[in-house]
Amino acid sequence: MLKPVTPPPSSTAATAPSPAEPADLPVHLAEATGSDAALRRFLHGLPGVDQVGAEARAASLGTRSIKTTAKEFALDLAIRMVDLTTLEGQDTPGKVRALCAKAVRPDPADPGCPSVAAVCVYPDMVGTARQALGASGVHVASVATAFPSGRAALDVKLADTRDAVEAGADEIDMVIDRGAFLAGRYQQVYDEIVAVREACGDAHLKVIFETGELQTYDNVRRVSWLAMLAGAHFIKTSTGKVQPAATLPVTLVMLEAVRDFREATGRMVGVKPAGGIRTAKDAIKYLVTVNEVAGPDWLDPDWFRFGASTLLNDLLMQRTKMATGRYSGPDYFTLD
Amino acid sequence: MADKNVFDYAPAPESRAVVDIRSSYGLFVGGEFVDPVGGRSFKTISPATEEVLAEVSEASEHDVDLAVKAARKAYTRVWSRMSGRERSKYLFRIARILQERSRELAVLESLDNGKPIKESRDVDVPLAAAHFFYYAGWADKLEHAGFGPDPQPLGVAGQVIPWNFPLLMLAWKIAPALACGNTVVLKPAETTPLTALLFAEICQQADLPPGVVNIVTGAGGTGRAIVAHEDVDKVAFTGSTEVGRLIARTVAGTDKKVTLELGGKAANIVFDDAPVDQAVEGIVNGIFFNQGHVCCAGSRLLVQESVADEVLERLKRRMATLRVGDPLDKNTDVGAINSAEQLAKIRQLSEVGESEGAERWSPACDLPSHGFWFPPTVFTGVSQAHRIAREEIFGPVLSVLTFRTPTEAVEKANNTPFGLSAGVWTDKGSRILWTAEKLRAGVVWANTFNKFDPTSPFGGYQESGYGREGGRHGLEGYIR
Repeated sequence: MLKPVTPPPSSTAATAPSPAEPADLPVHLAEATGSDAALRRFLHGLPGVDQVGAEARAASLGTRSIKTTAKEFALDLAIRMVDLTTLEGQDTPGKVRALCAKAVRPDPADPGCPSVAAVCVYPDMVGTARQALGASGVHVASVATAFPSGRAALDVKLADTRDAVEAGADEIDMVIDRGAFLAGRYQQVYDEIVAVREACGDAHLKVIFETGELQTYDNVRRVSWLAMLAGAHFIKTSTGKVQPAATLPVTLVMLEAVRDFREATGRMVGVKPAGGIRTAKDAIKYLVTVNEVAGPDWLDPDWFRFGASTLLNDLLMQRTKMATGRYSGPDYFTLD
Repeated sequence: MADKNVFDYAPAPESRAVVDIRSSYGLFVGGEFVDPVGGRSFKTISPATEEVLAEVSEASEHDVDLAVKAARKAYTRVWSRMSGRERSKYLFRIARILQERSRELAVLESLDNGKPIKESRDVDVPLAAAHFFYYAGWADKLEHAGFGPDPQPLGVAGQVIPWNFPLLMLAWKIAPALACGNTVVLKPAETTPLTALLFAEICQQADLPPGVVNIVTGAGGTGRAIVAHEDVDKVAFTGSTEVGRLIARTVAGTDKKVTLELGGKAANIVFDDAPVDQAVEGIVNGIFFNQGHVCCAGSRLLVQESVADEVLERLKRRMATLRVGDPLDKNTDVGAINSAEQLAKIRQLSEVGESEGAERWSPACDLPSHGFWFPPTVFTGVSQAHRIAREEIFGPVLSVLTFRTPTEAVEKANNTPFGLSAGVWTDKGSRILWTAEKLRAGVVWANTFNKFDPTSPFGGYQESGYGREGGRHGLEGYIR
């Protein structure tokens, strides 16, 4: 069955960004989150996703030809949407400070180049990043909840989250318990997201699904709704540690989910593909998909992000090429 | 931070410079371009701008006779005697040249036909090449095709094709005919002759023996002359049911073999458990692909009543993102209507739809001031008794009907004099099989629409024609 959702009249007011509040869900959605059985009924009642059709649609959006002024617009927008990320065992304060400098001024040669949206680090690096970014306006995002596997007790995950928030993180990128999701323990996944959201306080919560482990598009649609019902501000594809990471069809299915969720509840939720997006060309395909699937309201760093590291330099190279007509070598752009 | 979240796609036109259009074209007879005997000609225009593209010859009965004679000569002296293996080499060569010159062909097709470049580039031209590759593979294996131990060609095939997929329909006709050892006289539609004439150049480039392929341009009179010519052994036609009837009448009582691929009024059935976002894509692809100028277009949407509102709402939202405009722009989704005549027909039937009480809706879209344009349109509240539910509109116009049960869906889908294609959308495999078995349509697509492949037979029931094109079945119309 297709979901029997008729958009409430409030959906017209949805263009104004509203903070997610699990409490203000319409009754039929609030009722869906009462138990494993209720969640299962709701999530499995969502319309299915035909794999071939979804992939074909993504591929056709990928053939859009974005040139000249449209390309300039897209490149600057993409830079502003980057969550510049370093999530390595070898991260040091020095590395994080360097990354922060890059985040604030991605192209030292061009003061007109916008800053990225955020720097994304492990919780122990949040303090360093916070200090380095100061009042630049660039957010500090921290992964948490036993990233990347999420295999820890709930109180450990919550402590991890609180640590990061206390150290100054504006945004928390949590991972869901994929094992619980695949085992059908939806209530457990839901409760964890609700608890982490509470631990976040004022920080925004991004919920990472690790779609490479969930595998099917039906699962991607279900987990998207699960996270949105639980109060996620953003839904995010991947940790970057599992292949495949972000793909265009997975992001397409998530964009359909946030679009439908706004119709049903009036609430907007952001989307963040992460991992594997390395070229400006790819980034533009994602922006086209955002534009044509979720709609132009999502074309804003408040509602769409790229989790990436190498992508930024390709965006900068293309941006310089647009301005000067020439490609500069990679040596003309900073490593981090 | 953002001033305005407007992602305006800048124009991204494909260059016209890749194609060299001559100011005038002769007829391609006996391997050469020749002037028509009567010296008559007509103009072919770009439907997007009404700009004249070229002057094209109008073949008279006499010209057709010369073309048939050239084809007969090539048939008896060269082509029917050649081994299948040798014939296949020519077909493979043509297929490769089609690929090599694909950009040129795509631009020319979009100019002359009005279809978006992304369709001619990604669908028409690659599929045309694929047809030649596929039938090239059959040429030396005909005795294993299941039509007897020693299948023989028929002789000269007279082929008349429509304007909706000019090059692709040419490939559907010429590739199997040549593979089986026949020679052909082909007439492209009068509004879209240019890619067929470029194909004639490709035959020269491939060193195809003179007379194996003859291209005669012209209107209905030229087509009649081909069909009625007494030395034509086989008539293959794709086009309207009306003309198909005339052809059937003309060849009745002769020993000409005939295949007709005619109109359609396909039902696209969406059940309540359909993958809804993909179903919406399929509905859009079913009716707005190629401006709805598709004989197998999903022009009747049959949607289960319990989900009709939701599907329609999603459909309208999706239609609002369709980009209508310059066919050569790589971001155009819906191009120009092929001719003033066709535009008038679409307008007339749409007005009938309104006057019969159906509700008409189109997204807001700016249509160019020159050329022939019609916005993507959907009619709701349509019943089986409305003309727009029964007659082929052959334009970007969708009629939406509802049903309550699977049985009712099948009854309504089959309640048409046509029977070319149908679509079924459901997540339930058993329902797909049940529905497909009961639908009287030559092609049934499940959870997709308007997908074509040279290995798959295509053709209709009832007024949609007879005979099959494509696949192993497509050989049958060209051998005895």
